[in-house]
Amino acid sequence: MNLAELQRKLIAAARADRPSDRVPYAFEQRVMARLRACPTLDEWGLWATALWRAAAPCLGIMLLLSAWSWFSPDSTASSTDLSQALDNTVLAAADLDTPADAPR
Amino acid sequence: MEPTDAELIAAVLRGDASRFEPLVQKYSPRVFATARRYARRESEVEDIVQEVWLKAFQKLKGFRGEAPFEHWLMRLAVHTCYDFLRGHQRNRETPFTELTELEGDWLDRFATQPDTASEQAEAARLLVARILDQLSPPARLIITLLEIEERTVKEIAGLTGWSIPLVKVRAFRARAEMRKLLAKMSKEKYL
Repeated sequence: MNLAELQRKLIAAARADRPSDRVPYAFEQRVMARLRACPTLDEWGLWATALWRAAAPCLGIMLLLSAWSWFSPDSTASSTDLSQALDNTVLAAADLDTPADAPR
Repeated sequence: MEPTDAELIAAVLRGDASRFEPLVQKYSPRVFATARRYARRESEVEDIVQEVWLKAFQKLKGFRGEAPFEHWLMRLAVHTCYDFLRGHQRNRETPFTELTELEGDWLDRFATQPDTASEQAEAARLLVARILDQLSPPARLIITLLEIEERTVKEIAGLTGWSIPLVKVRAFRARAEMRKLLAKMSKEKYL
């Protein structure tokens, strides 16, 4: 069986079979009644609801992370004291013996 | 003088919802014709069209007026029909051994003398409807828009929101899927 020809014939049959554009009786009135029955979309209300719903999970994640950082052991052997490191860096120049000051 | 679509839309956006009805009256035939390509039962067709109008009303604020309202509405209609296909794809598989006598005779005629199997025959229409029902949703959408309605790739991209390369890839896959179904049908009938 020539499948390409079969496909062509069937597509041609589908093209010839134009669907009806008949609208059922009183369809427009039914649509309008349904639109009136539906509450209008309140976009700001939706945003507010979504944000409130997100607040609880965010709080939970925050608590979990806080607990994790509080209870996790230090990963480095010595504590990193950045203030000490800053002092050492700033005062390093003052600690250096310059050639002009060196005894002859 | 009849108000234009833009005037009706402006009135609806100002709060006069009753001005939406003339739009529903004017474009429902087109939307119904589109929905009938994708659903067989009239109750499903009506549900789809109602859904299209509901979405159109809710999203009317998003209509910028750069293109005609009909184009915007048809894009919405195609999306709604695609959602319908995806929601109803569970029961697609029906064996081709359940072909009616009419369909079987037409296929026999095609197998022996292809020229005598007319495209205008009711059996051909039934067969293609059966094949379309078994395609995956994207394949069915593409075949309907590209092959049956003979739209361009650019128009399909505009209607579906897919990129042009994606439309081309899906078209290639859809044709292959249809050929596979036809092969399966001829195998089941003649073996």
